[in-house]
Amino acid sequence: MPFNLLVLSCVLYAAFLFAVAFVVERRAARGRLGWLRSPVVYTLSLSIYCTAWTFYGAVGYAARSGLEFLTIYFGPTLVFIGWWWLLRKLVRIGRRYHVTSLADLISSRYGKSNMLGVIVTVIAVVAATPYIALQLQSMVLSFGVFASAEPDGSRPLDPDQIAVWVAVGLAFFTILFGTRNLDAREQHHGIVTAIAVEAVVKLVALLAVGSFVVWGIAGGVGDVIARIDAADLSAWQVQPGRWTGLIFLSAAAVICLPRMFQVLVVENEDEGHLARASWAFPLYLMAMSLFIVPIAVVGLDRLPEGSNPDMFVLTLPLAEGQAGLAMLAFLGGFSSATSMVIVEAIALATMISNHVVIPLWLRLRPGAAAEDDLRSVVLNARRLAIAAVLAMGYAYYHVSGGSAALATIGLIAFLGVAQVLPALLGGIFWRGATRTGAVLGLLTGLTVWAYTSYLPSFGPGAVLPQAIFTEGLFGLDWLRPHALFGTQAMDPITHALFWSMALNVLAFCLGSLFTFPGPVERLQGAAFVNVFEGAVGPQRWARGQVDPEALLGMAQRILGEESALSLFQSAARAQGKDGFLPDPTPNFLDQLETRLSGSVGAATAHAMISQLVGRATVTVEDLMAVASESAQILEYSAQLEAREAELTRTAGALREANEKLTQLSLQKDAFLSQISHELRTPMTSIRAFSEILTEGDLAPELVIRYGKIIHDEAKRLTRLLDDLLDLSVLENGSVQLNLGLASLQGMIDTALIAARQTRPDREFLVVRDLPSEAMYLKTDADRLTQVFINLISNARKYCDATRPELRIVVRQRSGRVTVDFIDNGKGIPKESQTLIFEKFARLTDANRAGGAGLGLAICREIMTNLGGSVAYLPGQKGAAFRVTVPLRLERMAA
Amino acid sequence: MKQPRRPLFLARAPYRRRRLRDAARLLPIVGAFLLLLPLLWAREARLSLTSADVIYFFLVWLGLIGLAAALAPGLRGGDGGDGADDEED
Amino acid sequence: MAQHVLLIEDEPNIAEAIRFLLTRDGLRVSHAAEGASALSMLRQDPPDLVILDHMLPGMSGLEILTALRADPSNCNLPVMMLTARGRDREMAEQAGADRFMTKPFSNAEILAEVRAMLGRGSAPG
Repeated sequence: MPFNLLVLSCVLYAAFLFAVAFVVERRAARGRLGWLRSPVVYTLSLSIYCTAWTFYGAVGYAARSGLEFLTIYFGPTLVFIGWWWLLRKLVRIGRRYHVTSLADLISSRYGKSNMLGVIVTVIAVVAATPYIALQLQSMVLSFGVFASAEPDGSRPLDPDQIAVWVAVGLAFFTILFGTRNLDAREQHHGIVTAIAVEAVVKLVALLAVGSFVVWGIAGGVGDVIARIDAADLSAWQVQPGRWTGLIFLSAAAVICLPRMFQVLVVENEDEGHLARASWAFPLYLMAMSLFIVPIAVVGLDRLPEGSNPDMFVLTLPLAEGQAGLAMLAFLGGFSSATSMVIVEAIALATMISNHVVIPLWLRLRPGAAAEDDLRSVVLNARRLAIAAVLAMGYAYYHVSGGSAALATIGLIAFLGVAQVLPALLGGIFWRGATRTGAVLGLLTGLTVWAYTSYLPSFGPGAVLPQAIFTEGLFGLDWLRPHALFGTQAMDPITHALFWSMALNVLAFCLGSLFTFPGPVERLQGAAFVNVFEGAVGPQRWARGQVDPEALLGMAQRILGEESALSLFQSAARAQGKDGFLPDPTPNFLDQLETRLSGSVGAATAHAMISQLVGRATVTVEDLMAVASESAQILEYSAQLEAREAELTRTAGALREANEKLTQLSLQKDAFLSQISHELRTPMTSIRAFSEILTEGDLAPELVIRYGKIIHDEAKRLTRLLDDLLDLSVLENGSVQLNLGLASLQGMIDTALIAARQTRPDREFLVVRDLPSEAMYLKTDADRLTQVFINLISNARKYCDATRPELRIVVRQRSGRVTVDFIDNGKGIPKESQTLIFEKFARLTDANRAGGAGLGLAICREIMTNLGGSVAYLPGQKGAAFRVTVPLRLERMAA
Repeated sequence: MKQPRRPLFLARAPYRRRRLRDAARLLPIVGAFLLLLPLLWAREARLSLTSADVIYFFLVWLGLIGLAAALAPGLRGGDGGDGADDEED
Repeated sequence: MAQHVLLIEDEPNIAEAIRFLLTRDGLRVSHAAEGASALSMLRQDPPDLVILDHMLPGMSGLEILTALRADPSNCNLPVMMLTARGRDREMAEQAGADRFMTKPFSNAEILAEVRAMLGRGSAPG
């Protein structure tokens, strides 16, 4: 097969995956996922457990070590059919506390400790690097198989170059679809679906090759069985310890591998999917391994001595002249490698950005939580991390020279991530597990693993000098990497597994037994271990003296403006308040923290809120209070709780209504005296100057000047009366609306020109996005324009920036259009924000422009009549008003 | 923390549901036992590969998957009390 | 030397009218538009009479009056308040205002009041 055709099909296949991911992302954005959220897709996405190691390496493994390759599947099978024990709890915790990664789960469980997050991240990255190198290597090998099968035998590309191109391509794809958004839950529908497609491709490819081998080359099942009995494989023998150890290791890995945690817990849409996957995923694994032994046996039989058994899946069909089948097998291997690398890179990038980059950023820039646009920091950190992870994988491949057998590297990586298992299991099943214990266990496990397994994997003399292998560290015989404490009976991997796990668990347990956890840690522990009881909430915030507007500003920088505003608005509504700013109650702070932790991880979210609220002041006494409180709550029925919440809400609404009523009667008096004042003021000038004029004998220029004053004041009087009449008509709802289709852009144009009359001396920079304004509204154009004029004039009057600027932002959402007018002045203080829409509510204005303070009140009435609203938009740096108007206003019956 | 009072005896349906959960918890243990069993067959505690071993492992595997598939639908709605303290009846 | 009147009024047109009337009557008029500058002018250039608007931005007329009366050197300084309503009058009286003028007023009225408060005859001079 021509090499170029091979490259072309890879590119086409990758383009196809792009298209799948792209289409799904589009559908997800519109909220129409439908069958894409099915348990089938979930199960298929779990198949990233089967990497190129499985696809190519399993055959090689079987050829070298007989049935031992099955242990790699038995572990996950046991974990999945036993999902009621562990996976169910893991998924529940992940969904309930918006866990973004394995590191996040561990750090969150042990009191939101970022140190633990960093340790787990380091373990994950170190263990994943050889694993990613393994994928690159398998792709290079498979390219090589095709290249050497070419007639002239020339190699168009050297292996290193292939590895570079593959790594770059994967980084590109991953960055494109893995860091598009910063969601409340860290989910990537596009990628998950693309991976499900790849899962089908690799399964079909392996089954096709297997069927061809069994029924095409060998003479059916009976013949294969005969060949197995005759083959060299039967001479292979296994130690029980290694067999058991490897099953345990693969069981641990399926939980602790970053990519498995990502698809299993983070991308989970529905706990019900797990029930289906509990048997469907083992079935997939079984199907994947069904033909491994036949392919290995037949391959050993048919192919020349010394062929690499890792490539039998490709070389067997090629040797039999089945180029098409080989192509399919090649795409299967390509799928296995790419899907693993993509998800692994995303999972690692999430950990690196949330536990290393952002905490560093926040530490280096103490005010950052309130100022910087953290969204872009997070996303850029992830993009860089993805590139870095792939670069490290490539570097490992380059340095190690891609020589080691695939299976060995895979097992070393498994063992690395398995070091997280004690802290993980202890964390969700044992309330006594403490942060110190977890740190000690992880560090011990990491050290032992590195010393006995990881560093020796580079080969004697590469990292560890030869002498250490024969004589032990510091010449101490009992510290030999492959025979700690003189245990020589085990093979290296079992030896490393045994000692790393034993010492890890020991350190973890002793550390937990002898330390006392902090309050936050105890709360988190109870919340995680008792996640199904749901009685103990996670750690709580004390009611802080925090400005909700500052919280809103921070939330906007992480969640994005729209979702932050809607979160705050719904929280405010739940408290029975209008507007965008809820009270910073402990409940609300918890809710906010959970949402933020879905984007940046629990430890970071906690730290950011702490920056604004101050430390969460939870003491042991509070804990006792929480405990007795929750014991009491258990006795109440859920209904009672719901009613209590309802009552609180009603009470809040009633209190607000009562305040409104008392204010209203005060307002009525105030309104009358205000009118009287506003009428008397121009009349005073008119009377005084007209008397002066009647006396005669004045200089002509004074006559002109005083005449003009009288004229102006008379106009002012007229305008005031007009406004009052306008307002009373609008308030009675007896206004005649003149509905018609009108261009939004046209209305804004008109308003901008008209508003230029207020303070014509000021040069204003107006920032607009014309395409977004290109829409037609069915509304009363004159009235809406009047509102726009008013808002723009206000900005011209009151914006105090030296280079005044007005941004007009138009958005359309489900039949409603919002138009935001945002200036860059110093804004309106929070206590005045609700006041400004009241009649005659004029803020202290040094530069009063002759208005009577009725403008915004009129705007509000107009918008009510137009079926929309106008509100002050907090947290925008300058003064900002949001006009919301329906796209199509239907004439109301009244 | 003490759980609020639970009924000592259960009606038929919840009783079945609990036993189903027990079965689900038991399944991986049975699986582990069956997958480790061949280690004891071979002489000198060493396992060598014959076609019979291959067939045995795949049959056990299929059987476990089948049992898990049979249990899963009944468990899907299962929620709430996870503790081992609801075992006695 | 001409007697000195401090006018505290935020409406520029009303201020101009009063200033014209009083200046023509031979008085020296200085003008402040809000409380803070009014109080500092009060110290720098002590007037013989203060005309104080009731409704001012920032510090209200009453607050200015209270601050003014708190200074012992000003406790006998005659103050005329420009008000709109009856109820404000009582509060202003308590705060220490001497006379009141309701907007809109006639020019003759305000001249007569000012002359009376400054102890001048009805004839200019």
